[in-house]
Amino acid sequence: MLSLTSEIPTPFHRVPAGAKLALLAAASVAIFAIPSPALMALPVILAALLYLACGLRFARQGLRALRPLWPFLLLLTVWHGFTQDWGNGMLLGGRLLSTVALANLVTMTTRLEAMIAVMARLLAPLRVFGVKPGRIAFAIGLVLRLTPTLLDRGRQLGLAWRARARRRRPGWQIVLPLCLTALDDADHIADAVKARGGIPD
Amino acid sequence: MDRDLIMIALFAALIAALGLIPSVTLISGVPISAQSLGVMLSGVILGARRGAMAAGLVVLMVALGLPLLAGGRGGIGVFAGPTVGFLLGWIAAAWAAGFVMERTRRLPVFAAGALAAFLGGVVVLYIPGIIGMAVVLDKSLAVATGYALPFIPGDILKAVVAGALATALHKARAGALMSRA
Repeated sequence: MLSLTSEIPTPFHRVPAGAKLALLAAASVAIFAIPSPALMALPVILAALLYLACGLRFARQGLRALRPLWPFLLLLTVWHGFTQDWGNGMLLGGRLLSTVALANLVTMTTRLEAMIAVMARLLAPLRVFGVKPGRIAFAIGLVLRLTPTLLDRGRQLGLAWRARARRRRPGWQIVLPLCLTALDDADHIADAVKARGGIPD
Repeated sequence: MDRDLIMIALFAALIAALGLIPSVTLISGVPISAQSLGVMLSGVILGARRGAMAAGLVVLMVALGLPLLAGGRGGIGVFAGPTVGFLLGWIAAAWAAGFVMERTRRLPVFAAGALAAFLGGVVVLYIPGIIGMAVVLDKSLAVATGYALPFIPGDILKAVVAGALATALHKARAGALMSRA
């Protein structure tokens, strides 16, 4: 399973994850406090410069990560174009773009292990309330291992469906066999875990 | 207890896998992912507590930067985007679906499952979802509801499918319905 960390090395990869997350939180709060559309250009330009500082190829990757936002930007454009309230539209669009872009930048330049280490540090005080970081880490590992397996099986079930059914695209019908094989997996994994002495806390 | 954790991880993986299988479309042409079906199933099959933990595990892993959302999306950016309410709402949705399932033991599995999936995966899910959109896009709740409206028929359909799947799973594997164990 691939993470969203960029393989293109950037100076930001070397900044500690905790520091990046703290900066991101501060920046997001600051961006939400910006009152005027003209000032909103500032974080947008800053985000663009940060991406460009890492090279064109990295910036293009960053742009691709922003693609899911376009329907919402279109929505804002239509709404504020209709109400002739362009200033507010720019303010909101800029806010959306800059906060998401900066957050993506942290994700793209931080390795999964570093993120998990920060999470473990944040969760440690919750031990008192019965939260067991070891079990959470085990569950994360299991999901990472199982997702591609289930995905692959889903694709195979889809192919089997296409080979036999008249309709070309498989629908919800393949979800049942997918769930059934998943339930059987659970039995095997439970046995394997028991044989290895259980899940650590 | 170990088996519980394994089931939680398994349903988290199922939620992720359902978002990434591009061929699973309920209404062809409309980009509806089967991911919320996975959230409904987590609650209906695992019960309130475990179901919410499965959904929460996916949310946590998305925050850690894994591309587990429909179309391979993920990362902290999702939490700054307009769909943040739906993502966080998954936890409440799975919990509510499980809660309803646990308390409707007298109903047949299909009726209870479809009802639980509808109440959790549509009613409970859309409340934080719409609030999140209204806040991020700075629109009134009524306008944000209008934006979300086109997706509701698909989700109602998914709730019915979740009920049917729960029935079939219950028949195929006795004891699979941990929500009723």
